[in-house]
Amino acid sequence: MAGTKYRGSEIEDVDQFRKDAGGLSSEREKEIGQHIGYRYDVNLVPDYNRVTPFLKNYMEVMGWDDLNWLEDVHMGYEDGKAAVFDRNINGWVRIPDSIELPDNQQDRDMIARELLIKFQMSDRNPMVTLRKAYKKF
Amino acid sequence: MASLSDAELAAMTQEERVKELGLTTEPLFGRSLLIEFNPDEEERFTYPWAPDVYYNKHEEIETDGLTTTQLNNKLTALMEEGVGTITIKNPRGMHSVGVGILNRLKLVIDGSLGYFAVGLIDGPNVHIKGRVGWSCGENMMSGTVVIDKNAGSTFGAAIRGGDLVCRGSVGSRTGIDMKGGTILVGGDTGALSGFMMQRGRMVVCGNAGKNLGDSMYDGTIYVGGEIQSCGVDAVEEELTDLDKAWLTRKLQQYQMMPDKGVDHFKKIVSGKMLWNYDNLEPSEKKLIL
Repeated sequence: MAGTKYRGSEIEDVDQFRKDAGGLSSEREKEIGQHIGYRYDVNLVPDYNRVTPFLKNYMEVMGWDDLNWLEDVHMGYEDGKAAVFDRNINGWVRIPDSIELPDNQQDRDMIARELLIKFQMSDRNPMVTLRKAYKKF
Repeated sequence: MASLSDAELAAMTQEERVKELGLTTEPLFGRSLLIEFNPDEEERFTYPWAPDVYYNKHEEIETDGLTTTQLNNKLTALMEEGVGTITIKNPRGMHSVGVGILNRLKLVIDGSLGYFAVGLIDGPNVHIKGRVGWSCGENMMSGTVVIDKNAGSTFGAAIRGGDLVCRGSVGSRTGIDMKGGTILVGGDTGALSGFMMQRGRMVVCGNAGKNLGDSMYDGTIYVGGEIQSCGVDAVEEELTDLDKAWLTRKLQQYQMMPDKGVDHFKKIVSGKMLWNYDNLEPSEKKLIL
């Protein structure tokens, strides 16, 4: 029912959604059995002091002064696992357990950005097969 | 199966291609595809199908006698030849120019364009030296687009990423349904700007028309001038030091910093009163089930 106040829960801890996969904290969330809102701060501005060498190279190759579209990429959490949303395939891609997660969201976001670019530009991305199937010949 | 050649794929119907490539047809719900990143993935900066282009290789296109399709095909052909900087001379206000460029490229438009300029782009840096019609940069994924003069309505509609910059004023419904990225407007913006905005950032150095940010779900709108009225669930929030630092960096990047700085900007966000993740109240569900 639009117009009703359905506030989600606050993000208080960087590991909140790893410790509690459901992430149900507000009364409304418990009532509907569903977390409300994103599982990360979508408005978190990147800290440019933490940009990795790979991302610096990427910015230079693309001719950009900043992270451009990557400013909107963050490490999220799905079913208690760290993951990144790939807009090109409309799905979450998980971070392997072998990657150690830093203790702050800014550094996690930089890892997410680096992994996402490499994945999107690889032949392993489902977009490559989709393109083959649906492109104009 | 993925090793099928283009010639073999071209000889098939689309249904056959989908089947041969092993694609499934069940609906996806934005949930995990159970794919993991490979930490040892090869380092690449452009899509596998994108040709290598070099910014120091420059070509000019005269549009006289060219249709929109011919002009866009010419852009593609030049990129295939490795040309990384292209200037379109005398664009004559053509529509749908530079649509769907999925590669890095420096594209200069030496004049004005019509509607749907550089829509659906993913990567290029575009400089338009004149004006543009409606829906410039619609569904833009990444890259930068800078327009020196004014832009029409639905500027940056459904933009998902990148920087879309208009040094002049823009029409109504700017950034409608935007899902990411940054829209910068040097002048004023019309009514219903930021309507149903879901995320991203919009900066308007001048005034904003009626119903700014109506039904916005998330994201941030910064306005340097007067706001005629805010829309439903769009509320003003205090400008933080982080906001000021971001605004300063972004406006300086495009040489659009107002003389009086950024302290006077108003920040509009979602009041989150319209958030609704459940179509039915639990009690209504019980009645139906």
